[in-house]
Amino acid sequence: MAGILVYALHDDEGNFNKNSLGAISEAAKLAGEVGGEAAALVVGDVADDACASLGNYGAAKVYRAKNVPEGLAQPIVDAMAKVIQDEGISYALFGGGLLGFEIGAGLTARLNAGVTMEVTAVKVQDGKLVVERPILQDSEIADVGYVSEPGIIIGRLNAFDANQSGGTAEVVDVDVELSEWSSKAKLVQRGEQRGADVNIEDADILVGGGRGLGAKEGFELCEQLAESMGGAVAATRAVVDAGWYPYAAQIGQTGKTVAPKLYLAAGVSGAIQHKVGMQNSENILAINKDPNAPIFEFSDLGVVGDLHKIVPKLTEAIKAKKG
Amino acid sequence: MPVAPSEFPPPFDPADVIVGPTDPEDERIEVGVAIVGGGPAGLACANKLMQLLENEPELLEKLGEVPVAVIEKGKVAGAHLLSGANVDPSALERLFPDLAPADWPPVYQEVTKDATYFLTKGKAFPLKPPPPNFRKEGTYTLSVSKLGRFLSEKAEEAGVYILTETAATKLLVEDRIVRGVRSGDRGRGKEGEELGNFEPGSDVVAKATVLAEGTIGHLTYAAMDYFEMRDGADPQVWELGVKEVWEVPKPLDRVIHTLGWPLRWSPRYKEAGGSFIYPMGEDKVCFGLVVGLDTTDATFSVHDALQLFKTHPFIAKIIEGGKRVGWGAKTIPSGGYWALPKRFSVPGMLIAGDAAGMVNIAELAGIHYAMHAGMYAAEAIVESLKKDIDSVNFESYDAMIRGSEIEKDLYRSRNMKQPLTKGLIFGGAMGSAMVATKGAFPGGHWKIEDNAEVPVFEGNAGDKYPKPDNEVTFNKLDSVFLSGNATRDDAPNHVRIQTRVPREIAQTWVSMCPAQVYEIPEDQLENGAAEVDVHVTASNCVQCGAITAKGGRLTLPEGGDGPLYQET
Amino acid sequence: MKICVLVKEVPDAAVQKRIDPNTMRLDRSGEKNLNPFDTHALEAAMQIKEGGAIPVEEVVAVTMGPSSAVRALHKAVALGADRSVHLADDALAGSDVCATGYALAKVLESESPDLVLLGQQSDDGECYTIGAVVADHLKMPSLTQVIQIDVSDGKLRCERQAEYGYDTVEVELPAVISVGDAINEPRYPSLKAIMGAKKKPLDSKATGDVGIEAGQVGEGGSKTKVLGLNPPPAKEAGEIIEDEDTNETVEKIVAWLDERKLI
Repeated sequence: MAGILVYALHDDEGNFNKNSLGAISEAAKLAGEVGGEAAALVVGDVADDACASLGNYGAAKVYRAKNVPEGLAQPIVDAMAKVIQDEGISYALFGGGLLGFEIGAGLTARLNAGVTMEVTAVKVQDGKLVVERPILQDSEIADVGYVSEPGIIIGRLNAFDANQSGGTAEVVDVDVELSEWSSKAKLVQRGEQRGADVNIEDADILVGGGRGLGAKEGFELCEQLAESMGGAVAATRAVVDAGWYPYAAQIGQTGKTVAPKLYLAAGVSGAIQHKVGMQNSENILAINKDPNAPIFEFSDLGVVGDLHKIVPKLTEAIKAKKG
Repeated sequence: MPVAPSEFPPPFDPADVIVGPTDPEDERIEVGVAIVGGGPAGLACANKLMQLLENEPELLEKLGEVPVAVIEKGKVAGAHLLSGANVDPSALERLFPDLAPADWPPVYQEVTKDATYFLTKGKAFPLKPPPPNFRKEGTYTLSVSKLGRFLSEKAEEAGVYILTETAATKLLVEDRIVRGVRSGDRGRGKEGEELGNFEPGSDVVAKATVLAEGTIGHLTYAAMDYFEMRDGADPQVWELGVKEVWEVPKPLDRVIHTLGWPLRWSPRYKEAGGSFIYPMGEDKVCFGLVVGLDTTDATFSVHDALQLFKTHPFIAKIIEGGKRVGWGAKTIPSGGYWALPKRFSVPGMLIAGDAAGMVNIAELAGIHYAMHAGMYAAEAIVESLKKDIDSVNFESYDAMIRGSEIEKDLYRSRNMKQPLTKGLIFGGAMGSAMVATKGAFPGGHWKIEDNAEVPVFEGNAGDKYPKPDNEVTFNKLDSVFLSGNATRDDAPNHVRIQTRVPREIAQTWVSMCPAQVYEIPEDQLENGAAEVDVHVTASNCVQCGAITAKGGRLTLPEGGDGPLYQET
Repeated sequence: MKICVLVKEVPDAAVQKRIDPNTMRLDRSGEKNLNPFDTHALEAAMQIKEGGAIPVEEVVAVTMGPSSAVRALHKAVALGADRSVHLADDALAGSDVCATGYALAKVLESESPDLVLLGQQSDDGECYTIGAVVADHLKMPSLTQVIQIDVSDGKLRCERQAEYGYDTVEVELPAVISVGDAINEPRYPSLKAIMGAKKKPLDSKATGDVGIEAGQVGEGGSKTKVLGLNPPPAKEAGEIIEDEDTNETVEKIVAWLDERKLI
């Protein structure tokens, strides 16, 4: 057995998902070490050149299952299981996201295969893949290996970076017979956009407001800053408690847990109850006038100063920069 | 102008807690014996009841489908229990004679060595011989939160219903006879409004109701007022204990008590108390600071004094290389003999354990008294109901308590605490004399002053507390986090205080509370206003009870709220 | 219709969890509780039952776990399930996702449910996957992370937030649906229900009772193996700026953001 198969998710316009592209690049890198090729699977009637373009990210081959619909997992499980079995593929890799979890889990049952999820890194040991999986609120990293092949790897969102290497992939059409139960769920509507209720758990950039804002009105500063950066606003328990901001935006022990690319903490002291909800943010920037605030102990950039002076100017500067 | 917290009584009327049954008769939950509180007293009572009922099949049947129910507000029995603890094994032996105390799951070890030290700022002087009240050889160190879990498992095996996450918020009284309790509503919002998942409480009616609520009983104190059970007794007073559990690289081989630093000796501050440091097997130790709640410096904080305590070389050595794994806080009734209620039972109801003030504070002992009292209550109930299933007379319980070691031991130490308010040197010497003479000297009745009536002023205790380094010393919110407290944020506020008070009073609450429930808004803190607002974050509350001692009133939050102590 | 709700006993959120270095498994000695997400699945089952759009004969809580897991089942029946099934067997200890999904599918097969509901994730880490594993074994359609279920014409209309926005999916029965915590606000059990929980039927089953092949479960039947545990890489100490000249400070912040491609 050899090779790594990646599922390449696309939207209704045919654009591939960036996490899928990241997974293809990762698969190409790993395939170089364990042998075999990186291949991608595409479902639906996607144009030849679009499929071939996945070669730019490292896919040597693209399997296209035209008769399989995009958007629900089980038909794609049928398609991936067929390719993995027919081609003797060693690993299936997913870039994360809801469909990746579902397809990977379905393959686990179908192929009696081991599965790991929330994977942040994959490495090669003795010619086999070993994954790094953070556990217990990311307080430890477990190294997990597979007892047999194939092995299913489901990455955490944004775990793998897409790299453009140039090149095109060979496109191979596959005929997939759908399982009887795969057609019993039907997409009625896909990708509906709903109003302004931004889900802070999905935001890449969050501006978190704490008691240092001074008053309810202080949140306007956060909102303006978030808007300038294309992010959303979050809050600490203390200010939600005080009625300055709605509970839906509360981060922490008794609120939501987030891990955005940037968490900009404005007037947040950084008590442990808040910290557990945002400590896995990729970058933490804190503005607080109290140099002893605990938040400075775990922020990547700490600014000691008056947020009422800094935040409006920062908002202006970012707006200016973005043009 | 010194003011006392008692001048600002909480918006709370104990009479509201005493009600008649509210549910229609066919919807009430009927149990044989309703025990409020899954602690040492309540669970010893439950276990003893089942043991006695094994030989009384007729009575067992008359008690119905649920002969014994324990109503516990914590997530599990033990979730809200915290103590030192060194325990006299007599009660363990009495409850389960076939199990040697050393084999009890919550027990770590038998105490073979003990020592008492007097601390100054940088030094520790052994007291030789150690004060007799701190001699702990022959006792056992255990975790009372584990004891709760163990006793509750045993009780469940024996057929007791353990109703966890259930707060007994009202006492059902008809014609001055206690008929049971009513459990609290769940699913109310901040303003008390019914949320989508609102679930009303239920009447639980019983042949006998045992109040074993622990240190500051919500129903207990309302019942004592209603039935005038405290007439002629001194006011109950409390000490506040803050405790930590540490994993340490090397075991401790003895039980240690300390007096002195970081508490101040001057009688002006009334900082009476001390520390305990107990071994917990091979890899853990626990320690805590216990201080009377009649302190006068509004900036004094037991939580932060304990942080300071850890920086002393004497204790730093014990916890060196270790890691804090547990934290909690609880009050201890310390009024002793003179503060005991005049009656321990009224028609339909009995009070046992800390709820009734059965603590010998001089010896830091209460768990075995609580268990003994629970067992006496069980015996009195079975004796009475066996004669007449509708009997509501449990006065034989009073007689048992009066003739027991509980009352004898408390009488012996009856005047020990009071002199300590006059400063450590005088008080300590007087206390030692009392122990040596088994309480005969100087005799008489030393009056107890209500904690809330002690005037407070803004001193400078707060200036000395260390800035948390997150390795040895921690802030209050870190501590609360470690207690496992994840109370729902939008629950109604269960803490009753006046929210606009003189600064000294507000500061007293802010400093006293180990869980950062009370805060003065920053601008008012800085502008020196004589009267300030007090902001209450009730979801931080670990239900230690200190606020009740110090002029407010802790009522019961929703069942299941509060800490989840594991090994305290 | 018969609804089975998969529930799980997990360490309480308040417990500081740790891995037993000898077994590489989660140390489950501390306080345990019913997985909070599963209470949402139970509530969803109760709302379907009480909603009346489709007659529900019974709601059955199903778990796999050691003897202590009985407590999770008691909670589940206190929350409304009519009875419960406990798959308990030492042979199951150490099962990974693949083996667990297989075992759960087997015990569910013996119940022939029309709908299987479960929480989308558990507090002890195995997230988002079990529902889809079980569904494929049972040859049923499935959907995970569902935040709304409506029943009409004997079918389910489910909503969830997927990669590109909200998806609406129609699912035929029998089906396996895992739910998120946004789907509902679970009820509190009444005191009567808590007291009655122990009286509701509880079936204990061993692997042999439901046709589980011993070689497919437990540590031996698992397809993944934890090879080691490492602390996460230490985070470098952050940079601190004192705001003296705000224009300069803002410049520094923007440069920092820019460097990390955050603008």
